[in-house]
Amino acid sequence: MQTFELILLSFLIICALAVSLSRNLLVSLIIFMSYSLVMSILWIVLQSPDLAITEAAVGAGVTSIIFFVTLYKIKGLREFNSAPQEAIEEETTEVVEETVVTTKKHHEKTINERLQEWIAKYEMPLYKRFYNVMAVVLSTVIILCMLLTVSELPSYGDPSNPANNEVSEKYIMDTMEDTGAVNIVAGMILDYRAFDTFGESTVLFVAAGTVIILLRNDRKKKEKEENDRMYEPKPDIILQNIAKLLVPVALMFGIYVVLNGHLSPGGGFSGGAIMGAALILYYNAFGAENCKKFFTYRTFNTIIVCALSFYAVAKSYSFYTGANHIHSIIPKGTPGNILSSGLILPLNIAVGVIVMCTMFGFYSLFHKEEI
Amino acid sequence: MLKGLLTNYYETTAMIIFGIGFVTLLLNRNIIKKIIGFNFMDTGIFLFLAAKGYITGRIAPIVVSTPIEFETYINPIPSGLVLTGIVVSVSISAFFCALAVRLYRAYGTLDLEEIVTKMEKDQGVY
Amino acid sequence: MELVQNFPFACIILTMFVGVLCAVLKPKTARTLAISAMVIVGILSFATLSFVVKTGEYYVYMMGHFPAPFGNEIRIGVLEALMAFIFSIVMILSLLGGMKHIFHDIEDTKVNHNFLMMCLLFSSMLALIYTNDLFTAYVFVEINTLASCAIVMLRKAKETLVATTRYLIMSLLGSGLFLIGICILYDITGHLLMSNIQTSVANLVATGAYRIPLEIIICLFVIGMAIKSALYPFHSWLPDAHGSATSSASAILSGLVVKSYIILLIKICYRVIGIDVIYQSQALNVLFVLGLIAMIMGSVNALREKDLKRMIAYSSVAQLGYIYMGIGLGSEAGMIAACFHILTHAVTKPMLFCAAGGFMEVSGGSKKFKDIRGAGRRNLLAGIAFVVGTLSMVGIPFTSGFVSKMCFAEAALGMSSKMIPTLVVLSISTLLNALYYIPAIMVVFANTGDEVTLFADKKDVAFMVSMIVFMALNFVLGCGSGKIIDMITQGIRMLG
Repeated sequence: MQTFELILLSFLIICALAVSLSRNLLVSLIIFMSYSLVMSILWIVLQSPDLAITEAAVGAGVTSIIFFVTLYKIKGLREFNSAPQEAIEEETTEVVEETVVTTKKHHEKTINERLQEWIAKYEMPLYKRFYNVMAVVLSTVIILCMLLTVSELPSYGDPSNPANNEVSEKYIMDTMEDTGAVNIVAGMILDYRAFDTFGESTVLFVAAGTVIILLRNDRKKKEKEENDRMYEPKPDIILQNIAKLLVPVALMFGIYVVLNGHLSPGGGFSGGAIMGAALILYYNAFGAENCKKFFTYRTFNTIIVCALSFYAVAKSYSFYTGANHIHSIIPKGTPGNILSSGLILPLNIAVGVIVMCTMFGFYSLFHKEEI
Repeated sequence: MLKGLLTNYYETTAMIIFGIGFVTLLLNRNIIKKIIGFNFMDTGIFLFLAAKGYITGRIAPIVVSTPIEFETYINPIPSGLVLTGIVVSVSISAFFCALAVRLYRAYGTLDLEEIVTKMEKDQGVY
Repeated sequence: MELVQNFPFACIILTMFVGVLCAVLKPKTARTLAISAMVIVGILSFATLSFVVKTGEYYVYMMGHFPAPFGNEIRIGVLEALMAFIFSIVMILSLLGGMKHIFHDIEDTKVNHNFLMMCLLFSSMLALIYTNDLFTAYVFVEINTLASCAIVMLRKAKETLVATTRYLIMSLLGSGLFLIGICILYDITGHLLMSNIQTSVANLVATGAYRIPLEIIICLFVIGMAIKSALYPFHSWLPDAHGSATSSASAILSGLVVKSYIILLIKICYRVIGIDVIYQSQALNVLFVLGLIAMIMGSVNALREKDLKRMIAYSSVAQLGYIYMGIGLGSEAGMIAACFHILTHAVTKPMLFCAAGGFMEVSGGSKKFKDIRGAGRRNLLAGIAFVVGTLSMVGIPFTSGFVSKMCFAEAALGMSSKMIPTLVVLSISTLLNALYYIPAIMVVFANTGDEVTLFADKKDVAFMVSMIVFMALNFVLGCGSGKIIDMITQGIRMLG
């Protein structure tokens, strides 16, 4: 087991080095995707299945999709702008001929001119070399400082670590009683430390807002401006048939993960990411027009605002009753049933819906600049 | 010092990945590489945190049998923190990628030094 | 638990809720709703402040049904309530002062996003001021980063994109260092609530265990927060970001956002690590030296600027150097002076940025010095406000800047080892401030033959109100500063 872990860990380090040294962007993205996948396997080895599902869905899944669609968009812009390149090349040949005629001999130039020539010739390579050397030196310094710290930290896997104190003991012993959730991590993030999760949903909302600010274009004003990608990909028979099979299955699985967040690994974030990925597949297979039939900008806004408001209201009630020592009327149910654990199930559904809409919104905004 | 590093091999790897990601974010000239570097930096921190939660011989924090015994499960706190962190990381990556697309459309290159040069030339003109 | 004790939590939730609603409202409705929400928050913060000053002790508010360390909590003392109150006033006035430019410089479809981002930015700053939990602080620091980048890039111009990118990169480096510091601290103490961490750290220092990790943690926290609040070597993002945003965005960023990170750093020094441990480490000396360098280099760079807003932004770098010098002095008097300067700068710099916006309006939208000649005569109210702000930055008596410089000098006199460098650099910096601000006033009031008009636009009531209240606030802080300094002293003693 330990050899297996060591092989995976060295693979991670090799991936990190390869990405920072490679020049091709597509290769870097594919290496990053495999790095994410190996990371989610490591979470399982570390006995954290929640993290494994979330990393696989969100990290290896949605982050990589966003990177790929960014490259797709940039490649589309480059192809769109590539037409005038030929004109520029013709001009440069003429300029080169002129400079050949007017070059003086080396010993006739002044010191100043020789200095300028030397700077022009060697500036770029020196600059690049300086950057590379600085990068290596800085990373070595940072890594050495951190490794110095790590060598003094408590041992890995030791039950007598300072981190395994009465706080984690209370969480393990009392979560099922206090919150009704069987999944201790879900109970912790949605009940004991609910304020952090509230902040996290807000981060997602703010990020969706910023991407809308940057990329959303009102089509009405865009008649004259051509589309960045000159053509829409033709609907592909293989993709459509597979999507017809996979999208319902993925949606059902996503809904299952969200609803069972308090009973088994999963929860709102991973389930929402899976549902979002299913919607992205549908969008790719059947085109934007079909998606607009059930998912417009208004739907997107309404769903997100309603879900976040519900989250805010529910959690405010919980915080207010808690701080003022009033007893809360939300029933806890029997642990092990779907309809149990108080507010955790509705909150998981709200979070799942927010994440699904946000992930789909990101993809659609990158692809076609509207939702 | 070496003995400490070898016992905590997870944390060592996590710090090496953090260092590589940090320097890529800071010094690499290509914007997409900076975003990937940021992701490496954050996942390095998450690997560190999750390794801190693990206790040898114990299982995942999902109650499998009542009565609950403390010694059966690992520490659940770092898992919750990493869950929050992963979502924060993907939100910031999406924002950063949208910025990269807009920058490419405005300046025609993904190299941050060239973009800054072009911007300073623009500002000097008017 | 009295009703007034629920107010801080109500402020955070109200601004978040209003911010979320702004996504679906029309621009004018969003504006009205945002300003009313901030006015309500201002009133609630004032009530909280009077309550806490009257009872004279802090209280904790449980977020949920479980007490610390099992659940989240926020802790309200005098310093936090005072900061929240001043922040809400400055936020309202900055929004009013730049309202015309918001509707002018931003695309029509995105104006409600501007109010969304400002409301969420405000709620995250309030949460950072009140929080008692380190990981909650990290999550809200990230909301702060995202929202502040958003308000920079909302302005329709190419250079805002580059400014946002550089701001985002430096902010992410700072947050990364902050997060790894939190993780290592959790590893050696096992707690995330600030008060619990302090007891654990005190135990660890007493036994001498984990000495190197503790020093590295202090280093990481200080460098992380210094990057995010633009201390001298890490300040390269600030002039671009603050100089190219809309007037109200620059005002909020310069006056409030960078301060919220400094307040978080002060809270960490007192409540997480413990001020005695910090005094023993060398971190404060490093901050002191960097603060001194920032005071001089910020002003030197401002001298060379030909763009009004970038000059004011470089002046911010110098003023942040003052605050870090105060923190680095290593005594309670120095910390009090630093906190008072946070308030002074929060009240003066937004006024300068909004006045600069007023000048740009009557100069055809340009902010270069050659175009603003005589703008003070064309928009006399903005000119008077600019003069008052300059007097405060230079340190003329009766303004708040004078009182804060006096506090710094008094604090320096108390620390014999750092006294001479502080006094010398204070005087050089005052001279440098005058060297670039006074020519700016002369350019702005130059006689170009235009007629003198008091208000550039008689219908822009918001701008008039904002400028007049800002000036009044400056004089109130300058003349009635005794009470405020007492409150700050009481707050800092409650902070640990």
